[in-house]
Amino acid sequence: MDTAALAERFQARIDADERIEPKDWMPDAYRRTLIRQMSQHAHSEIVGMLPEGNWITRAPTLKRKAILMAKVQDEGGHGAYLYGATETLGVTRDALIEELLAGAARYSSIFNYPTPTWADIGAIGWLVDGAAIMNQIPLCRCSYGPYARAMVRICKEESFHQRQGYDIMLALARGTDAQRRMAQEALDRWWWPALMMFGPPDADSKHSAQSMRWRIKRFSNDELRRRFIEFTVPQAEYLGLAVPQGEIDWSEFEQVLAGHGPCNRERIAARRRAHESGRWVREAALAWADKQRSKRREAV
Amino acid sequence: MSAAGIDDPHGAYVLRLADSNLVLAQRLGEWIGHAPALEEDLGLANTALDLLGQARLLLTHAGDLEGRGRDEDALAFLREERDYRNVALVEQPNGDFGDTIVRQFLYDAWQVELYGRLGASRDRQLAAIADKALKESNYHLRFSAGWVVRLGDGTPESHERVQGSLDRLWPWTVELCEPDDIDHAMLAAGVGVDLAAVRAGWDRRVDRTLSEATLVRPADHPWRWFGKRGQHGEHLGRLLAEMQSLHRAHPGAQW
Ligand SMILES: [Fe+2]
Ligand SMILES: [Fe+2]
Repeated sequence: MDTAALAERFQARIDADERIEPKDWMPDAYRRTLIRQMSQHAHSEIVGMLPEGNWITRAPTLKRKAILMAKVQDEGGHGAYLYGATETLGVTRDALIEELLAGAARYSSIFNYPTPTWADIGAIGWLVDGAAIMNQIPLCRCSYGPYARAMVRICKEESFHQRQGYDIMLALARGTDAQRRMAQEALDRWWWPALMMFGPPDADSKHSAQSMRWRIKRFSNDELRRRFIEFTVPQAEYLGLAVPQGEIDWSEFEQVLAGHGPCNRERIAARRRAHESGRWVREAALAWADKQRSKRREAV
Repeated sequence: MSAAGIDDPHGAYVLRLADSNLVLAQRLGEWIGHAPALEEDLGLANTALDLLGQARLLLTHAGDLEGRGRDEDALAFLREERDYRNVALVEQPNGDFGDTIVRQFLYDAWQVELYGRLGASRDRQLAAIADKALKESNYHLRFSAGWVVRLGDGTPESHERVQGSLDRLWPWTVELCEPDDIDHAMLAAGVGVDLAAVRAGWDRRVDRTLSEATLVRPADHPWRWFGKRGQHGEHLGRLLAEMQSLHRAHPGAQW
């Protein structure tokens, strides 16, 4: 079959809402788009461990500490799972991680903001995991099978995270004046970056139309953003917190994306440090595995 | 509310077990997001979570035995360093991955022996906690012993590094199996375990793994240092200052 016919059959399968599996024929551009999107998603999970990890050692109660540890561990698990799903497209996790460490790969810009207070942990769970769910629920029906299946599992955990984050905010909102102030300031800090998580306005979104045709994307950025606001504003009211008023500052979005956010350098530096200082450990594991293989060969 | 330790030997005995788990969980929590690879990050987080879970059950039990209304958070966040009763091994800084793994291995091997025997404690609550914790500790030990072997028998560099970790951490293991008055009293009461038996089991486990790892067991040190009696080095104070800072900054607040 020639490429045009294959492409036609591929699009017909997509239009019929069939799942594309790793061994199926797919256009190169479809494969590249998925690799880009899925690896960015995996990187975001891993880099996202850093701002929240910042509070593991200082959580205010042992119960909150346990919940936060489990949450950050979940995010690591999401990363592992998504790297695995991306590998089905013919790339290796090591290569993807090298790109991240080289500063050549993107991850969600939201994680380039700092978590100066405990309330930021609440705000991240509530707003950032909340926005992630809005983005990801449609991905559970994404045309690429391994990605769709990964998202089903991940979305379940993200909704726990969202509830746990909201629960932190609720305790703060019902707490002392200092706690309420902490909660309001965290909402003020995270509101706009959370809205930016849905990506640029539809008019400026360069990948959207093709992704919609491929059913990698099912709703536009602005549509998802609107839904998130509708869903979240009553929750803020219930907390007695004021949602910031005004417009999204897209120049900030561009700046953070271009590497000039408050924590871009720190985040990549932390990942690099972990990778570099773990090199001898990974080398030891490889050397040991080699020795075991040659011992087994000798035994045969 | 008083922020003191627990004087009654039974409560003090349980508190020692709780504190060791809590302090080690806190140390492991520092790794999350920074481990050599994703799987190790998840593995260390898993151990940290289990140890924290065990610490919470044990702290609650210690507070109940004390009967003065102190819950897990009062005991964790409002006691000073001198009233912490963790073994000094667990307060040692994380160092590199090898240091962390050796510390963990020495502790896991001890916990497996300890919990295996505490299941027969006359304190039924403590026995139930130990039964549940034993499964977790066996799993932790597989993870840490597996890494001790890979690092010890990996590359020349890893061998040298991890032998250094073992040499540095070894002196802190003495108190694990060296009974004091509280251990003797609790053994006599049928609550605690016989540390001589724990010692024999710990020796076997440690020797087996070290030999597989081609590592040399360091000579025992004449030095006696008892974190479990409140003798701490310079590191625990900082660990607690960080852990307790937010809780203490808002006295009486609910979280
Ligand atoms: Fe996640
Ligand atoms: Fe999450």
